[in-house]
Amino acid sequence: MTHHTHSDHSSPAIVTRGLTRHFTSRKQTVEAVQGLDLEIGQGELVAFLGPNGAGKSTTLRMLTTLIPPTSGTASVAGHDVVTGQKDVRRAIGFVGQGNGAGHRQLGRDELISQGRAYGLSHAESRERAAQLIEDLDLTAVADRKVSSLSGGQRRRLDIAMGLVHVPRVLFLDEPSTGLDPQNRANLQELVRRLHADSGSTVVLTTHYLEEADALADRVIVVDHGRMIADDSAARLKSGLGDLVRLGYDDPSSAARAAARLGRVPESRVDVDGDAVSLRVKDGSRMVGELLADLTADGVPPTRVEVARPTLDDVFLDLTGRSLRETQQAPSPDTDSTEINNEVAA
Amino acid sequence: MSTFVNDTVNVMTRELKPVWREPMAVVFAMIQPLVFLGLFAPLLPDMATGGSALQWFVPGIVAMTALMGASFTGSSLMEEMQSGSHERQLVSPIGRPALLVGRALKEVVPMLMQVAIIVAVVTPFSFDLHLDGVLVAALLLSLFSVGVGALSFALALASKGQDWMFWTVQQTLLFPTLLTAGVLLPIDGAPRWLEVVSALNPMTYVVDATRVLFAGTYPSDVVAQGFAGAAVVAALGLVVGVRAMRRSS
Ligand SMILES: Nc1ncnc2c1ncn2[C@@H]1O[C@H](COP(=O)(O)OP(=O)(O)OP(=O)(O)O)[C@@H](O)[C@H]1O
Ligand SMILES: [Mg+2]
Repeated sequence: MTHHTHSDHSSPAIVTRGLTRHFTSRKQTVEAVQGLDLEIGQGELVAFLGPNGAGKSTTLRMLTTLIPPTSGTASVAGHDVVTGQKDVRRAIGFVGQGNGAGHRQLGRDELISQGRAYGLSHAESRERAAQLIEDLDLTAVADRKVSSLSGGQRRRLDIAMGLVHVPRVLFLDEPSTGLDPQNRANLQELVRRLHADSGSTVVLTTHYLEEADALADRVIVVDHGRMIADDSAARLKSGLGDLVRLGYDDPSSAARAAARLGRVPESRVDVDGDAVSLRVKDGSRMVGELLADLTADGVPPTRVEVARPTLDDVFLDLTGRSLRETQQAPSPDTDSTEINNEVAA
Repeated sequence: MSTFVNDTVNVMTRELKPVWREPMAVVFAMIQPLVFLGLFAPLLPDMATGGSALQWFVPGIVAMTALMGASFTGSSLMEEMQSGSHERQLVSPIGRPALLVGRALKEVVPMLMQVAIIVAVVTPFSFDLHLDGVLVAALLLSLFSVGVGALSFALALASKGQDWMFWTVQQTLLFPTLLTAGVLLPIDGAPRWLEVVSALNPMTYVVDATRVLFAGTYPSDVVAQGFAGAAVVAALGLVVGVRAMRRSS
């Protein structure tokens, strides 16, 4: 594998200044990306996290020269995405949200032709294809027609195609969509390894905080085309706390338990019928103690559930809106009032 | 320049892989022209000159097959636009012109396979094979197919992955083009406006030239006009196609 030099840390892999993209369809303008200012250093592993329609793919499509920005500038690997398209294309790899492999082709053929497209010789392309087929566990299906592959197998083939030429900057748009947990873990391992071995800069998008957490040093949260946070996953989650849900057989026990839980410092308690939820930092570690306390007080719960902070929680914390509400309601403003009421209640 | 050639060869090689792997698809794509051949040929009166009806009809069917095959071909690009595979190629260092030209050049291969099949099917009947003329006609039709293929890809790109738009335009143009080119019926004695449309249709000249060549004759004016017609289609197709590919995202 080629090793990209880390030496020149002064020139970042990606720089954007006021990067903006509007779409106009049927006289309606969608501001898909609004004034993005970003700097990503060489060798960083960054995740874009955001709900559907946040502008993640649009940002990636601008950075990979697929669409020009409406305004603002961006450079990737030292080349402007508009004036230096050719150089940008040579330097990057891109795994889009769709299927990169043609459905009528054989997987191995696609990998080889991809290698040829990036200037590898026939022999090199073949060798690289064979290696990636093994790395991505595609041995059994690589010589079949792509249309006959399962969704997850196809996704792995797409990813293999993005890695053929060991790009200096790799963009992955929702790489793990459609993968089962085992393959998701394999993919994360592969991305980490590629990143460690080649020193490539990796930018990926995801809806999953856990994935961003497991993979990326840096998480950029986007919403409505704007960056609303840029930090490590650990710091985004810190202060959010875990969610402990306790179930009771009747609302009166739930109310009594809630009253007791109110004494837990720096926590938030909500009662919903016969269920109580407690949001508290390190909640998962506190559960044993909490249960012992509640049992001693005569209100042992009948069901217990502990959830780590999710994207939804981070998002709610950052925007005052829940992700689910965002996707349903047309007007975000009414949403936030509803949410605030809910929290206050 | 050599990058362009390399890229074009790469694109064409990729496009040809499914053709080699599933040659039957090429046969299925020509069912319609073969049905026309089977149904129409017996209805045609023998030519005044005493030649068999097939001698007049087969070259037209060959040109029709070339037109149909090449005009359908954009649907494969449409599929790739919908799946994301087109996008993947746009991000690669392959130049936009090569993405179009490589695809258009590939059209020659299935077209030649189809011509070979038609000639093989009709030769046992009352059709005189003039191999030299057929080979020159194949060259002519190659040029024509590249042009029509390029136009079909341009249409696919302009339809932005909307199937209905591609098929509506393709079907709307296909039959008028065939009919005014005199593929199924002679245009002689048609109303004036039809003669004008026919004279403006470049395929008319391609069909006329294919007919004389299949008869083993080489009247230089008809042959030259045929190549000119095919060259116009090829040039138009490549210019429009490359422009559409450059604008694609
Ligand atoms: N070609 C287009 N024409 C019109 N609107 C578009 C186009 N592409 C994207 N949009 C709009 O821009 C906004 C951002 O879309 P984008 O695809 O970037 O979101 P995303 O963050 O990738 O979402 P997802 O998680 O669903 O993939 C959306 O409102 C979308 O409808
Ligand atoms: Mg997206």
